[in-house]
Amino acid sequence: MIEIRNVSRIYYDTAGLPVEALQAVSLEIREGEFLSLIGPSGCGKTTLLRLIAGLDLPRSGELFIEGRAIEKPSHERGYVFQQAALFPWKTVEENIAIGLKARHIYKEKKGLVPEYIHLVGLDGFSKSYPHELSGGMMQRVAIARALINKPKVLLLDEPLGALDAFTRIELQDTIRRIRRETGTTIVLVTHDVDEAIYLSDRIAIMTARPGKINEIIKVEINSERDRNRDDFIGLRRRALEKLHLAGVVYANVQGGGEAI
Amino acid sequence: MNSETDISKKYWKPKSKWWFAAAVLSIAAAAAVNALVPDVQTVNTSYYRIVLAAFIAALLALWTTPVLARKLRHKLYHYSQFIAAAGLLLAVLDLLTTKSDILKLPFFPGPAQIIEVLFTERNTLFICTVYSLRLFFAGLACGVVLGIATGVMIGWNRQWNYWLFPVLKVVGVIPPVAWIPIALAVFPTSFYAGIFLLVLTSWFSIAFMVATGIESTPKAYFEVSRTLGANDRFLLFHVAIPNAVPSIFTGIATSAGMCFMTLVIIEMIGAKAGLGWYINWAKAWASYDKVYASIVIMGVAFCIILGVINVFRNYFLRWQKGTVR
Ligand SMILES: Nc1ncnc2c1ncn2[C@@H]1O[C@H](COP(=O)(O)OP(=O)(O)OP(=O)(O)O)[C@@H](O)[C@H]1O
Ligand SMILES: [Mg+2]
Repeated sequence: MIEIRNVSRIYYDTAGLPVEALQAVSLEIREGEFLSLIGPSGCGKTTLLRLIAGLDLPRSGELFIEGRAIEKPSHERGYVFQQAALFPWKTVEENIAIGLKARHIYKEKKGLVPEYIHLVGLDGFSKSYPHELSGGMMQRVAIARALINKPKVLLLDEPLGALDAFTRIELQDTIRRIRRETGTTIVLVTHDVDEAIYLSDRIAIMTARPGKINEIIKVEINSERDRNRDDFIGLRRRALEKLHLAGVVYANVQGGGEAI
Repeated sequence: MNSETDISKKYWKPKSKWWFAAAVLSIAAAAAVNALVPDVQTVNTSYYRIVLAAFIAALLALWTTPVLARKLRHKLYHYSQFIAAAGLLLAVLDLLTTKSDILKLPFFPGPAQIIEVLFTERNTLFICTVYSLRLFFAGLACGVVLGIATGVMIGWNRQWNYWLFPVLKVVGVIPPVAWIPIALAVFPTSFYAGIFLLVLTSWFSIAFMVATGIESTPKAYFEVSRTLGANDRFLLFHVAIPNAVPSIFTGIATSAGMCFMTLVIIEMIGAKAGLGWYINWAKAWASYDKVYASIVIMGVAFCIILGVINVFRNYFLRWQKGTVR
C-alpha cells in the first residue's frame, strides 16, 4: 500500500556539514500491516516517518500511497508525536474533533467523538483539559485524534517513549486492541525490542550514519504473544543481535529492555 | 482540581473571626474619632460618617449571608487585616487634619473633607467620569481591534511583517504624548484627538504582543493539524490565534495602564471635560480637596477597568486554570 523507493534525505548540521539521515531506503508497507521501525538514536526513524506523513520531502527517491505520490500531509496519514502535542486550550473531546472540524464534516460526524473517546478508554474525561491528564492519557487522546479521520495508515513516533513501564504495557494492549477493531495499517517507531515484537508483523532494523534499513524481521507468532515464551525469547535474541551489529549497546541483552 | 485548597491558597490569611472583628472595630473607631473629637477645620463630616457606617453594615451583611458563605467568608477574613489597618489610618489622618489642623489646608484635606466633596460635587464628578471612561473605552477599543488585526498580520504573513514591523518598532517607542500638539491641531475636537492618542498608545504594544504570541506557536501544533486535514485558514484561526490569546490579554492589560496615563495627560492639557480636566480646573481655584476627590475616583475606576479585563481574561483562558501561577 505504501511504497518507499530509494529515498534519501540529507540535513546540514550547524557547522554546515551534511548528515545523511536516510540513504537509499526502500520499503514496502502492506495494507493492514503493523510495521515497527527500530534502531539506534539518530538513524533516521523520525525522518522516514515524517517523509511518509508528507511533513518533509526527500532529497531523492519517491514515496507512494496506493500508487499516488506523497507530496504533502493529508488526513489519510495520521501522525502521533512522541510528545502528544495536544492543544492546551481545547478539551479532550475538542482535541479529538479537530480532524472533523478541519475537514468541515463536524456537523454530520460529531457522533464519532464519543465513539473514539471510548475506543481509547477515556470515557468520563471528555471535558478535561490536557493539563489535567496523565502522560498516558494524553497519548490516548493523540491516538484518538488521528484515528477519527479513519486514516489509511497511522504513523506513531515513539508514542510510548516518555511513559513509565506500567502505562506503556497498558497502552500497548490498547494499541493492539485498536488495531484489531479498526484494521488500520500502523507504522510504529520504538526503542523497545519487546514492544516491537509484541505488536508488529514485521520489524525493520535501521542503522545510523548513513541511515539505512539493515534487515527486516518477520514476527511469526500467531498465538497470543507472551513475553516469556520460547518463540518470543528467540525473536528477541535475534533482534538484539542484529541491533548489536547495528551499533546499539543494550544494558542487558538477555532481558532486552531499554537502550542506553 | 480541589476547589477547597484553591480557595485557601488564594486567601491565605488567618481564617479568624477575631481579625474580622478587629476590622469592623477599627472602622467603627474611625467613625467614633470623627464623631467624638471636636473639629478644628470647618467640614461637613456627616457624609464621612455615613460612608463608614454603610461600610460596617456591608461588612456585617456579607458576613451573615448564608449563601455563598464559605468562599465569601474566606475572602472577608483574608482582607480583614487590611481593612483593620485602613480604619486606623483613616482615624490618624482624621486626627491630623480635620481634628487638629496639623496638616494644613488647602494642600492636605482630611478624609472627611474629601468624602464631602465627593458628595457635594457628585454631579460634576459623575459627568467627568463618564466623559473620561467614554474616551478611554473608545480609544482602547479601537487600539485593541487595530492591534489584534495588525499583530495577526505581522505574526502570520511575511510580507506584512516586512513592511509593517519596522514602522511598528519606530513609532512604538515614541511616547504617545509627544503627538499631543499635532493631534490637537489636526483633529476637529479634543475627543477625536484623544482617541487618536489612545489608539497610538495601545495599538503598537498590543500588535507587538499578538505577533509574538502567533510566532511562538509550537511547530508541532501546525504539523499535527496538517496531518489532520487542516488548511492554512484553519491553522491561523484554530491554532495560531488561540495560541496567541494569553499574550493578547497581557498586551491589553499593559496597554490599558498606559492608556489611562495618556488619557489623564491629554485631558489635563487639551480637553474641556473629564477627570483630568477637572483636576486642572480645581487646581486653578486652589481646591485641592477636589483634586484628591478626582484622584480617588481615578483609582477606583482603574481598578474596576482592570477587574473587567480580568473577567474576560479568565473566561477566555479558563483552560489555563491550575497551570499558571
Ligand atoms: N531538522 C534537522 N536539521 C538537521 N539535522 C537533522 C534534522 N532532523 C534530523 N537531523 C539529523 O538527522 C539524523 C536522523 O534524525 P532522526 O530524528 O530521523 O533520528 P531518529 O532515528 O528519529 O532518532 P531518535 O531515536 O533519537 O528519535 C540525525 O543525525 C539528526 O541529527
Ligand atoms: Mg526520533
